[in-house]
Amino acid sequence: MEVGLEVFWYLVLGLSLIAYTCLDGFDFGVGILHPFAKTDLERRTFLNAIGPVWDGNEVWLVIVGGALFAGFPEVYATAFSGFYNMLMTLIAALIFRAAAIEFRSQKPSKTWRGTWDWVFSIASLMIAFIIGLGLGNLIEGIPLDANHDLQTHLFTSLRPYPILVGIMAVSLFTMHGGIFLMMKTEGALQKKLTIWTAKAIGFFIFWYFLTTCATLVYMPHMTERMLDHPALFLVGLAALLAILNVQREAWKGRFGSAFLSSCLGIGCFIALFGVGTFPLLIRSNINPDMYSLTVFNSASSVLTLKVLLIIVIIGIPLVIGYGIWIYRIFRGKVRIDPHSY
Amino acid sequence: MDVVLLSRIQFAVNIGFHYIYPPLSIGLGILLVVMEGMYMKTKNPLYKQMTKFWVKIFALTFAIGVATGLVQLFAFGTNWARYSRFVGDVFGSALAAEGTFAFFLEAGFLGLMLFGWERVKPGLHYFATICVCAGAHFSALWIVVANSWMHTPAGYKIVGEGMHARAVVTDFWAMVLNPSSIDRIVHVTIACWLTGIFMVISVSAYYMLKKRHHSFTKPVMKVGLWTAAIALILQLISADSSANIVAKHQPAKLAAMEGLYKTEPYSPMNLIGWVDEKTQTVKSLKVPGLLSFLVSRDFETPVTGLDQIPKDEWPRVNIVFQSYHLMIYMWCIMAAATLLAIYYYRKKKLEKQKWLLRILVATVVCPQIANQVGWMTTEIGRQPWIVQGLMRTSEGVSASVNANQVAGSLTMFVAIYILLFTLFIFLLDRKIKNGPEEKGLEEMVYRDVLKKE
Repeated sequence: MEVGLEVFWYLVLGLSLIAYTCLDGFDFGVGILHPFAKTDLERRTFLNAIGPVWDGNEVWLVIVGGALFAGFPEVYATAFSGFYNMLMTLIAALIFRAAAIEFRSQKPSKTWRGTWDWVFSIASLMIAFIIGLGLGNLIEGIPLDANHDLQTHLFTSLRPYPILVGIMAVSLFTMHGGIFLMMKTEGALQKKLTIWTAKAIGFFIFWYFLTTCATLVYMPHMTERMLDHPALFLVGLAALLAILNVQREAWKGRFGSAFLSSCLGIGCFIALFGVGTFPLLIRSNINPDMYSLTVFNSASSVLTLKVLLIIVIIGIPLVIGYGIWIYRIFRGKVRIDPHSY
Repeated sequence: MDVVLLSRIQFAVNIGFHYIYPPLSIGLGILLVVMEGMYMKTKNPLYKQMTKFWVKIFALTFAIGVATGLVQLFAFGTNWARYSRFVGDVFGSALAAEGTFAFFLEAGFLGLMLFGWERVKPGLHYFATICVCAGAHFSALWIVVANSWMHTPAGYKIVGEGMHARAVVTDFWAMVLNPSSIDRIVHVTIACWLTGIFMVISVSAYYMLKKRHHSFTKPVMKVGLWTAAIALILQLISADSSANIVAKHQPAKLAAMEGLYKTEPYSPMNLIGWVDEKTQTVKSLKVPGLLSFLVSRDFETPVTGLDQIPKDEWPRVNIVFQSYHLMIYMWCIMAAATLLAIYYYRKKKLEKQKWLLRILVATVVCPQIANQVGWMTTEIGRQPWIVQGLMRTSEGVSASVNANQVAGSLTMFVAIYILLFTLFIFLLDRKIKNGPEEKGLEEMVYRDVLKKE
């Protein structure tokens, strides 16, 4: 049983990442679509669609970071110091996004709101891109030596393949945000969103195709496990079908199902990443077999993993329970009242 | 400058700026529970209006608190990778508990507290307020537990050697309840309450000066002053208990706090002074024997001085000395102002004492300064250790990050924080000047400011 603890924790980490990308993912999408809305009322509708939940969504990032620190301290230390510049940019974007959401509504001035609108949008775009960039780097591998330290510079993380994954992530989250907003709006604004989202889906499918080709040609290690177990190809197929289903459901006006389908798509992509990389957490491109950090060589002690297990068993059902409850309270179309942003 | 010093400065800037906000949200959180509780009990709309006013200030504080708090989650891994590997096993469970139990409670229910006034029944809204407040407290609890372990490590063993040495938990509860945990949690929590209370006192004094919102300010002022008095007394007791733990487990820190170079009977306490670290002398106003008395309840028993400790394990003495004493002066100012205000309040003359009201407006910074220098005392006092007796700060820094990178990110943080702080003060000032009345909100909601004229 004790052998399985680190694998279990790996799954917890993966599920938290899926929760984070599905939830905060639509916040990024809303941010990316934000400048396309032209009137103040439309933009306020966007902001208030995520208003009551974005704080809670961001907590999943704390869970992902905390789970990594707790369960795989070696990976946390190596990745966070190795991707120093990338993470500092991410932090700046996260701070600016939070500030923009909170500050925008404080003053009814055109310059004030216009400025924060751009800050909100650019910060959201950057966060979405960096998440893709990070995953792309983990797929391609980084120069990791025997001490698990690495020297990366400003541009080491900006290689073609990670950039490709980054753009794919941006288009995926834009689509996801669009679907979420369609659920929360009505009338003319919803019609406009239908068009924008359809474009985002087209854009996404194009980049998904490119990324898949690049992975098959340049990242053969990602497909090894799938070639051994051909059934795993279904995960990739499911991801594509889920995204296509988003468009179908949106056409039929079933936005709730479209959103769930979009979540499923994102979940499948993260699962695909896991299938391709497991048991590696950080791939060393110097010597993948010797120097990489894996689930087994970087996990915490058995006692800590057991304590974490107890925390998760008590905590996560509570978290999910009241998460769903809060979403239910704020379900339905956005209503702007005196307490809104 | 080298990468260790730059990383230390960056961590200090990050945590120092972050720490302006959580104490405020913890302190205001308690006050919100009280105010909304009064509304629930009396159904007096005045209390509801008061709660709504402070909820807005809470939201502003909380937003910046979360944004700057996220930085801390990254800060260990980015700049202190070797430290993170060393303590990960111990720290991990405390931080996971914080994220799962505390932060989620706070951030999850915040949306309901802010936007739920018209969506849910009053009872449920009050429940959300309580959850937010409880979340803020639990959060502080787990973070202080993790930090306390760095001062008084317990419930662990060291596995591996040299670069590969790791602290591994052997007893979870011994780790959580390490010798200094409880005392430090109490000390920090009371400090947070004081931060919230003095914010409320300051705003009330401002309204009294401007003769505004009379119906609001009087009851709030009364509650504020009495709770301040109680909290200040409790803080004195907690301070004494915390200092005893320091004396027992971190004698070098205590010696630095009082500039005590020699171990001798009748160890003195300094009221005010300056330490010359070159000549190892302290020019000060002393009370002989007081430190001995505080540590061992006996004027004669010597307190361990720095001469008993290897020189390469000394912290910087003067900065610890000064920040510690500044913390005490802040307590004295708060205590004196509270005492005077209560005296005049009881004589029903407080509103006429403009000088005192002006002082009360200014006291909002006292707990803030005390919080900052208090943490400086405890953290700089632990140096050169990052984990007391186990790992030096210079051994904890990331190997793969260079000084230029840290200088760059430090510049970025300073710029962001200056911007955020300016905006925070600007918006806070606007909210306070607008006051708790909700006039003009309706038309603000429906005016399209982006529309071209």
